[in-house]
Amino acid sequence: MAAGTHYLPGLTPTNEASVQKSDDAAGYYVLGDKLVDAKAPTGPIAERWTTRKFENRLVNPANRRKLDVIIVGTGLAGGAAAATLGEAGYNVKSFCYQDSPRRAHSIAAQGGINASKNYKGDGDSDYRLFYDTVKGGDYRSRESNVYRLAEVSTNIIDQCVAQGVPFAREYGGLLDNRSFGGVQVSRTFYARGQTGQQLLLGAYQAMERQVAAGTVEQFTRHEMLDVIIVDEKARGIVARNMVTGEIETHLADAVVLATGGYGNVFYLSTNAMGSNVMAAWRAHRKGAYMANPCYTQIHPTCIPVTGAHQSKLTLMSESLRNDGRIWVPKNAEDCTKDPRDIPEEDRDYFLERIYPAFGNLVPRDIASRSAKYMCDEGRGVGPEVDETQPDGSVKKFRRGVYLDLGAAIERLGKDKIEEKYDNLLDMYERITGENPYEVPMRIYPAVHYVMGGLWVDYELQTSITGLFCTGEANFSDHGANRLGASALMQGLADGYFVLPNTITDYLADGPFEKVDESHPAVVEALDGVKSRVEKLMNINGERSVESIHKELGQIMWEYCGMDRREEGLKTAIGLIRDLKKEFWTNVKVLGSADSLNQDLEKANRVADFIELGELMCIDALNRRESCGGHFRGESQTEEGEALRHDEEFAYVAAWEFGGEDGAPVLHKEDLIYTAIEMKQRSYK
Amino acid sequence: MKLTLKIWRQAGASDKGALKTYELDGVSQDMSFLEMLDLLNEQLLHNNEEPVAFDSDCREGICGMCSLMINGEAHGPEVTTTCQLHMRSFKDGDTITIEPWRASSFPIVKDLIVDRSAFDRIIQNGGYISAGTGSAPEANSVPAPRDKAMRAFNTATCIGCGACVAACPNGSASLFLGAKITHLGELPQGQPERYSRVQSMVGQHDAEGFGGCTNIGECASACPKEIPLDVISQLNKDLRKSMILG
Ligand SMILES: Cc1cc2nc3c(=O)[nH]c(=O)nc-3n(C[C@H](O)[C@H](O)[C@H](O)COP(=O)(O)OP(=O)(O)OC[C@H]3O[C@@H](n4cnc5c(N)ncnc54)[C@H](O)[C@@H]3O)c2cc1C
Ligand code: SF4
Ligand code: FES
Repeated sequence: MAAGTHYLPGLTPTNEASVQKSDDAAGYYVLGDKLVDAKAPTGPIAERWTTRKFENRLVNPANRRKLDVIIVGTGLAGGAAAATLGEAGYNVKSFCYQDSPRRAHSIAAQGGINASKNYKGDGDSDYRLFYDTVKGGDYRSRESNVYRLAEVSTNIIDQCVAQGVPFAREYGGLLDNRSFGGVQVSRTFYARGQTGQQLLLGAYQAMERQVAAGTVEQFTRHEMLDVIIVDEKARGIVARNMVTGEIETHLADAVVLATGGYGNVFYLSTNAMGSNVMAAWRAHRKGAYMANPCYTQIHPTCIPVTGAHQSKLTLMSESLRNDGRIWVPKNAEDCTKDPRDIPEEDRDYFLERIYPAFGNLVPRDIASRSAKYMCDEGRGVGPEVDETQPDGSVKKFRRGVYLDLGAAIERLGKDKIEEKYDNLLDMYERITGENPYEVPMRIYPAVHYVMGGLWVDYELQTSITGLFCTGEANFSDHGANRLGASALMQGLADGYFVLPNTITDYLADGPFEKVDESHPAVVEALDGVKSRVEKLMNINGERSVESIHKELGQIMWEYCGMDRREEGLKTAIGLIRDLKKEFWTNVKVLGSADSLNQDLEKANRVADFIELGELMCIDALNRRESCGGHFRGESQTEEGEALRHDEEFAYVAAWEFGGEDGAPVLHKEDLIYTAIEMKQRSYK
Repeated sequence: MKLTLKIWRQAGASDKGALKTYELDGVSQDMSFLEMLDLLNEQLLHNNEEPVAFDSDCREGICGMCSLMINGEAHGPEVTTTCQLHMRSFKDGDTITIEPWRASSFPIVKDLIVDRSAFDRIIQNGGYISAGTGSAPEANSVPAPRDKAMRAFNTATCIGCGACVAACPNGSASLFLGAKITHLGELPQGQPERYSRVQSMVGQHDAEGFGGCTNIGECASACPKEIPLDVISQLNKDLRKSMILG
């Protein structure tokens, strides 16, 4: 009997469970029991979700209004879920830290959203979308979840169009598609460069409609600081009213976290300033497993850092690589010259040189790493920025490479380029002050998305009963890498279609025993949060929260960024532990806790980023293979391609909190495929 | 560069508030306006003075969270959001006055932060298409003519920042309102609720205390997303028609 069959009755696995032989992280973690996600129905992959929907118990409409659900987050995942559950008649309480749900970070997504509509008749299908997604994620995601995602993708487009989302259309009035992210079919729906905004407004409007109907109550400028667990079930949250400073408890029958990703652990990223890990991390500390935290997606074409005061980075659509040639000067002395004065023979088109077959279109991870190596070598361009090395010394680097549209402008004409990239090139000019039609653009990789997040089962339930997690905040659908236009798809799939079905089965156990504010578990959670806030206010040290966050970001970027190695990760863990001490003894937060206090908000977030950072490094250390966004320097082919080790690492790493000073506990969930066969990723 | 900043400081909604002057050195041309304020805040913190509170999130010009009156202009001297305004728009030695949005319907929360929840309440009153989840028809079963879809898109790009209100001498939110009315009203899906929508949204707009529109046009010139002024004509047209329809 092949491995895995014991929990996949009736199915034939295509791979064996992996057996880890290396143990780089020995001493940093404790090995726990294996996890088995047996929640997915077994049968043929295309029928699993239908089977589950049928098996799920329903809740009688009259009983729904007696059931309360808390949803934290109003992005695509949270906003869509609030709208849907509210409409179904549940009592929903919705939370976000911004002043309006419409501002959730999903609004920033530029490219588009995938769906297997096959409108172009180019051979697309649910299976093909499923196949591309599993393969694109380097076979580190769960097949049942991904198939379901592909399956509901078409409903998403129908839903959004019905809500008035203004997708791009052809002259005849039908929807237009483009191909995106290197996929061979045109399955991406888009609304110019603002797809995320339009999708979010659709969900937001649907949710506001429910606010008016009285089924959704919205709490803006409220930040969740802890989850309340009563008798081993999630029964509420502790939140801070960010205007009055009041620490409140909110109770419910189930809690959903839709709180987005934690890319800001790197300080500089394309994420919004407020994006944080607090909700997920607080849940982790209370027993929710954190899965694959080291999987970070780094996007090669962002506007580079210009100085130490930079607060965030801006993405430039990757489509520019279709027309731009990427280079740096051959000689370091030329780096300060006007690029137009550097003759052809002194330019190093490094991607074309190192990867002649793919040139400028090598995959995201290779393009990103190569640019970093060029700048590490001292051949980066653009303004020189100080980088404080983790040993305290300061080194100067130029962090940029040229993306040169010159040849394309010559070939196609300026008009054509303008038509193709107009918005984008304007945005570039606004930020850099340079005209990209005349001077080669400068780009550099930046942290963009995290594939890791809270571990959830097929029902999107975390390892805490009654606590669900959706969207970027969970780990489930993208494996080690995310394809373009698939995060929006997951957010809305989870929010409109998956969670509203699976949570119902949980709620069917209701009515649940009433819990009130005086319950010891509630009081304990409330007091815990209050004393943490008090502690932060009373450290009265010397350092700003910002400076500590920056330092953490430097450590993470240097050692747990594009190229991770055993030595570096071990160094990073030590540095992060020191930084944690520094934070808790030397941070300075002014003002009061009883009013709006942005430094206090940040301090709460950064404290959790520090702990997460350590776990990311341990996870990266354990996984001595390269896959997707995780590149371990020790595991590469001769050409510098990521080298996976399925026989050792085809598992989800789900980490259990090991206590304040304890080591985290690693639970492995084997990735056993039945509908798809693992193959080495190859772009030759 | 070196700057003199005059910044509105107000501890809370009930506080009186006043402009305070700060000197700031070491500002680079490449900084965004908000990064310049970050720098000021680091300096204030080191001097044990509470940092200036201001709103921002995406810092990419898309979330609509940032909101500053800069030298009397909403989002400052260029047609963009505050987060996308860069210090190269200013000169060494400049004095810059920074205030929060001024409109009675946007009460001040603290320093440069105002409460724009009135916008959410306007949307709650009809700013949507009632489409139940799970029952939507096949997306291509209702074609939308491309020119109408384009106009819908162009007006749907409103980021809800409130600059139009801040710029309007009457404190009217007609541009914001007109943008949503036009977005939904241009699409076939938006037709069934078109006239009830305009009535209830305008009703809420007035109830929130936003002023009436007297066609001054400051809103459109301040709008970072270049929402055209003619959405207000469309709003008025739809409103008149809705009256006739009763
Ligand atoms: C620049 C950029 C471009 C992108 N482009 C694309 C693209 O073209 N296609 C694509 O598919 N994906 C894209 N992505 C990725 C995609 O946008 C995100 O992964 C996705 O939108 C995340 O949605 P979400 O609902 O999970 O979370 P978010 O939209 O991040 O929402 C998080 C919500 O949680 C709330 N929240 C967080 N913490 C707390 C707390 N402690 N208390 C209370 N509330 C809290 C926030 O207020 C917010 O409402 C892009 C991402 C970026 C950064
Ligand atoms: S209409 Fe323009 S100025 Fe007014 S809220 Fe929308 S984007 Fe801002
Ligand atoms: S911070 Fe998002 S628009 Fe300015």
